Amino acid sequence: MLQRLLSDNFIPTADAGVGALAVSGLSVAYHQRLVLRDVTWTAPARGLVAVVGPNGAGKSTFLKAVLGLVPALTGTIEVYGRPLKRQRALIGYVPQRESVDWDFPVSALDVVTMGRYGLIGWGRRITGKHRAAAMQALDRVGMADFAHRQIGQLSGGQQQRVFLARALAQEARLYFMDEPLAGVDAATEQTILAVLRELDAEGRTVICVHHDLQTVAETFDHVLMLNGGLIAAGPVREALTEENLRRAYGQRASGLLLGPR
Amino acid sequence: MAMVGHNTLVVLLGATALGLAAGMVGCFMVLRRRALVSDALSHATLPGIVAAFLTGMALGVEGRSLPLLLTGAAISGAIAVATIQAIKRWTRLTEDAAIGAVLSVFFGAGVVLLSVVQELPAANAAGLKGFIFGQTAAMRTGEAMGLGALALLAAAMVWLFFKEFRLLAFDEGFARAAGWPTGRIDLALMALVTLVTVVGLQTVGLVLIIALLITPAATARFWTDDLARMLIIAGGVGAVSGGVGALLSSRFADLPAGAIIVLVATTLFFISLIVAPSRGLLGRSLRRARLRRALLAGELAP
Amino acid sequence: MNIDAVTFLSVDLPALLAALFACLSCALVGNFLVLRRQSLMGDAISHAVLPGIVAGFLVAGTRDTLPMLAGALTAALVAGVMIELVRRLGRVEAGAAMGVVFTGLFALGVVLIEQGPARQVDLDADCVLYGQLEAILWLVPAGWSDLSDPAIWATLPRQVLQLAAVFTICLTIILIFFKEFTLVSFDPALADTLGLKSGLVQHVIVALAALAAIAAFEAVGSILVIAMLICPAATARLYTDRMGPQLALSLLVGGGTGVGGYGLAAFGPSLLGYDMAVNAAGSIAVLAGVILGLSILLAPRYGVLARITGRAVRGVAA
Repeated sequence: MLQRLLSDNFIPTADAGVGALAVSGLSVAYHQRLVLRDVTWTAPARGLVAVVGPNGAGKSTFLKAVLGLVPALTGTIEVYGRPLKRQRALIGYVPQRESVDWDFPVSALDVVTMGRYGLIGWGRRITGKHRAAAMQALDRVGMADFAHRQIGQLSGGQQQRVFLARALAQEARLYFMDEPLAGVDAATEQTILAVLRELDAEGRTVICVHHDLQTVAETFDHVLMLNGGLIAAGPVREALTEENLRRAYGQRASGLLLGPR
Repeated sequence: MAMVGHNTLVVLLGATALGLAAGMVGCFMVLRRRALVSDALSHATLPGIVAAFLTGMALGVEGRSLPLLLTGAAISGAIAVATIQAIKRWTRLTEDAAIGAVLSVFFGAGVVLLSVVQELPAANAAGLKGFIFGQTAAMRTGEAMGLGALALLAAAMVWLFFKEFRLLAFDEGFARAAGWPTGRIDLALMALVTLVTVVGLQTVGLVLIIALLITPAATARFWTDDLARMLIIAGGVGAVSGGVGALLSSRFADLPAGAIIVLVATTLFFISLIVAPSRGLLGRSLRRARLRRALLAGELAP
Repeated sequence: MNIDAVTFLSVDLPALLAALFACLSCALVGNFLVLRRQSLMGDAISHAVLPGIVAGFLVAGTRDTLPMLAGALTAALVAGVMIELVRRLGRVEAGAAMGVVFTGLFALGVVLIEQGPARQVDLDADCVLYGQLEAILWLVPAGWSDLSDPAIWATLPRQVLQLAAVFTICLTIILIFFKEFTLVSFDPALADTLGLKSGLVQHVIVALAALAAIAAFEAVGSILVIAMLICPAATARLYTDRMGPQLALSLLVGGGTGVGGYGLAAFGPSLLGYDMAVNAAGSIAVLAGVILGLSILLAPRYGVLARITGRAVRGVAA
């Protein structure tokens, strides 16, 4: 708690010109194979960022390395100008759905409350205040009626919304989401997009692995294009060009974007 | 070799054959991530052994008839494996829980039966306990030869059905789609594992026999990415462990054969873990450091 | 069946209490192993402690509990770390990593037992497997009325007091860190991003399992430890989808199995007219298996019968 208060004081505002996330010289290798090479990139202080690239380009690896979930071969990560380790409380994460044991005996509300464990602290009881915050987060994604369902009994889209609610309950400044829109129903997609816009309006940064190039421009302000390394980054209009796409996706790139831009 | 007696030599060769067969069969268990199923299988042989002993006594056959006891062992081991599969298929319980539950419950049942045998006035249960930790010294020459032959048979079968087992281990779904009788291949593999386990009961004992199935295979994995070579290396590691272990134990009275065989295999495993060039620790960290240096020096062309 | 009060109080009661507390501790900790799909960690730990116990004995030169417990705990932690290292550094699949490590350690223990000094006393591998529940005696009380004196409970045999203490420790730690244990079992990656170190919590879970296993193991043997770490938690999984009831139910099943299994072993045969008693640890394990088996078949929602009939009903409706 104390740490969080201290860090809060240190967050420079958007005007200070310090990015939410500064990645410098990041390389990641699995089994001696270089998956990401020398990525240097500074995320904008606010806004929605799409991480795009072909399959196997290292998008999820990028998120995981930035979050410290996989070891980096080289490079440094700074969040709001300080090392990642000291800024955990500022970060929220929505993982890919596949990595979860859906049979686990927890309800939707339990899962969302887990987002607040960092705020609650070691060995402390979960108080009504935190449960209320979790309930509110569930309500925000339209899942309040399902609070007491076991998570395995929810549909795929509902599960995705619960995980989004969990990230909201973290009250983070900087969010990482791994393909939150993959394989969800239309209602869930609308909810998630609405939440993303709200987060943006509140001045938070969301970095989102996104597979659908056609919808990037509608939703996101910035794009980070990867393919084994950094291909391009910047405002959507500047970075999402035919030429960059060809560099990332090869010749298949023609037709990935509908219509001239 | 001239210094060991005839019986010892047979036991020694038998242990070598056992190690060879277990190493080879074990490769497929490790690759199919079913290493610990064989642990449940071996622990579950105990109730079968004791039940066979009781049956033999009731029928008036000599209780310690090895074929009878080993048949009992194979039957209860097979029931245990089938139970694990059924639990996995029909309930929400995961495989690890199924294995652990079956292993402990079957063994518990064996212990209960064993305590019944011990209370029977006519029965001599001393020989039965030998199956738990192995008892090479009690093996008769004929038995040792028979078991050695069975082990060689198992090794030959693995080589014969190499292609089918490889298909199963690598991509069961594809094999089924391509029209292979995966169920029957799987059954054949489990039958071989059961055979090796049962053959090894007297030499290594049912608690430690699993080590002969897992450790040589895991050791071989450090040295190669090629399945045929892995089989050969695992067979070699198993054979060396079996031979050296049995030899040491015949020379030093206070070294029980089963445990020494396992310790030899474990030692080979840890040596390989560190020094094996392709997947060992030293080789891998050297390559990682080299990659890192090259990257920092900008030598890697994008 | 007639047992006199003194026999019951001196032989059966301490054994029952030891079985009860051993089963309760294992069942409680086992939940986290089962939920993290690490059930076989219990198998591994309970085998791997053998060399520690023997080494503790060899170093101290006596059959005192403390050096042996210390040795066992050390061996369990060494085993845990080794399995993790083999898995991570050697990229060996978890099951195989456990198999290699625990068999190696167990074999080491078997060899150590056969060496001179250890052979002098009755330290043998058999009692490691199925314990000596029947050897726990409480010779203090002379009749039922003695039990009303609170002071007499302090004279319970060392093993019983030890097991009760371990259960209290496990229960306390799990109640305090229930939230962290649940989170790390469910989603270690989230725990890491929240700064709650999942690696540390996982080690604590393994250490608790080791503590429960070691304490239980002298009384009931390693096989019952495995059965009790897994069966009650697995049984509870078939009845509930909530964490709290899961733990409560596993305790109920574990405690009930411990008492019931001992009762069956001690009094069952004589009820049937045989003048003998069967091995209590084995009988508790079998009872745990029977309860799990019946639950697999009959549990209301996740049982096999419910699934089959549920499917049939759905089939008719469609």
